[in-house]
Amino acid sequence: MIEINNLTKNFDQFTAVDGLTFTVKEGEVLGFLGPNGAGKSTTMKLITGFLSASHGSVSIDGFDIRSSPIEAKSLMGYLPEGAPSYGDMTTLEFLNFVAEIRGYRGEEILMRVQHVLDEVELNSVSEQSIETLSKGFKRRVGLAQAIMHDPKVLILDEPTDGLDPNQKHHVRELIKNLARDKIVIISTHILEEVTAVCSRAIIIAEGRIVADDTPAALEARSKYHQAVSVRLSESYDLAADLTGLADVGGVEKDSEDDMVFRILANAGTSIFSQVSEIAHAKHWPVTEFHVSRGQLEDVFRVVTQQTQGAQ
Amino acid sequence: MGNLLIIFKRELFSYFATPLAYIFIVIFLVVNGFLTFDFGGFYARGQADLSPFFAFHPFLYLFMVPAIAMTMWADERKTGTIELLLTLPINLRDAILGKYLAAWALIGIALLLTFPIWLTANYLGDPDNGIIFAAYVGSWFMAGAYLAIGACLSACTKNPVIAFILTVAICVIFVLLGYPFLLGMLTGWVPQIIIDAISSMGFLTHFDSISKGVFDVRDFLFFGVFIAAWLFASAVVIELKKAS
Repeated sequence: MIEINNLTKNFDQFTAVDGLTFTVKEGEVLGFLGPNGAGKSTTMKLITGFLSASHGSVSIDGFDIRSSPIEAKSLMGYLPEGAPSYGDMTTLEFLNFVAEIRGYRGEEILMRVQHVLDEVELNSVSEQSIETLSKGFKRRVGLAQAIMHDPKVLILDEPTDGLDPNQKHHVRELIKNLARDKIVIISTHILEEVTAVCSRAIIIAEGRIVADDTPAALEARSKYHQAVSVRLSESYDLAADLTGLADVGGVEKDSEDDMVFRILANAGTSIFSQVSEIAHAKHWPVTEFHVSRGQLEDVFRVVTQQTQGAQ
Repeated sequence: MGNLLIIFKRELFSYFATPLAYIFIVIFLVVNGFLTFDFGGFYARGQADLSPFFAFHPFLYLFMVPAIAMTMWADERKTGTIELLLTLPINLRDAILGKYLAAWALIGIALLLTFPIWLTANYLGDPDNGIIFAAYVGSWFMAGAYLAIGACLSACTKNPVIAFILTVAICVIFVLLGYPFLLGMLTGWVPQIIIDAISSMGFLTHFDSISKGVFDVRDFLFFGVFIAAWLFASAVVIELKKAS
């Protein structure tokens, strides 16, 4: 379990992380979201003990990152932003180095390194020097070193940044597989990633937590949650037909397409069946008709801009 | 101790993985040979000792050692690997010593490869090999002092070239502090005790006596403490500059 208590980091006048308090339990995959400069990477650096906090504490399975850094760091695997590694080494040499530092000796090193090479599919480039590898391979080398010691806690700063869709999918599958009995914290600004792999999402803005919930619950906060999206073949006054429905919050025209309308549902209600009955009865000229799940993107914008507005 | 050794191995290996180590060694040997035989008048002196060889070391190191030291931490910061290294379960002390000792070992290897000069002296005459041995060790310690300054300044910046220039500048100061010409200028109007203090901080003061065969533990101790102080300063700088 990771316990983070009132974690604060000041740089001169500027407060990058401002009193974060949260705990993460085994089996949770926590997505750490926020606009650029919100303090995501700084938080990661504080949790992994690269930076020391101005106030507050981080404890990994009971080991305080400040008073017992070696024990705490042994429990963690970390992929820093940009997946840095020693470019003049080959993949194999670099992973051997990490395995040795992680305390493996002799035969164990070979076994562990082979295991992670298989896991992130790096066998084809194991003899190549890292600086000659493509961005995707470099990222996988970074992942390989992070999972080398099968850590209880895995901290990944933008793990899929710069990967192609296939590689992204592969990395996400990998994270899901790893996650069963571990704690995984992923920082990202790719929202689809959160829906794809995370069991929980924390959104931070200006160093503070502005939302902490499951991705589904966050999506439900969107005003488009349960909204019915309709594409018409000719113009028609939908709003007039819907006045009788108490759960309908309004009708919005799409900003890009004149023929697409969104019928909003009031919070906590489902209007799909009612609207579809009316559409049927009134013979709406519809070509498309579906329910939207609500977009994390809207929620993200709303919660992060609220803090900026408040200042 | 284990982690120190692992980091030492990685660092030393990485010098030899690139042409850096080979270029350093070759240039070191060529320049040393030229300075000793041509400039230093090794043959013309008609004496079987290595004084002309060692006399140039303080000036040779002035440029060669900062070139090795400049990337030591600056590159780690530039490429972000410092974040990887310092989040591994190791002490900062092991990282600093491992990296430092690897660079120092590289200089030691270059120094050892000058052995043909020693063989020449032994072939032509009958030099005092005890003095030569002490001078070799002294020279290596002095190089270690340059290297410790370089390590600390490399931790101050992401830019290796800036680290190089600053290191050369500071090393020049420590070389000049023991230079008889500078000390002569001060004599007469500055109290002797201050002159002694300044002179005792100079590299030349200690290296001259070592290379002349005056074996005084205090000279080695000076370099040892000097190295430790600059490495401690590197630790402070690394802690302070991690955030930027």
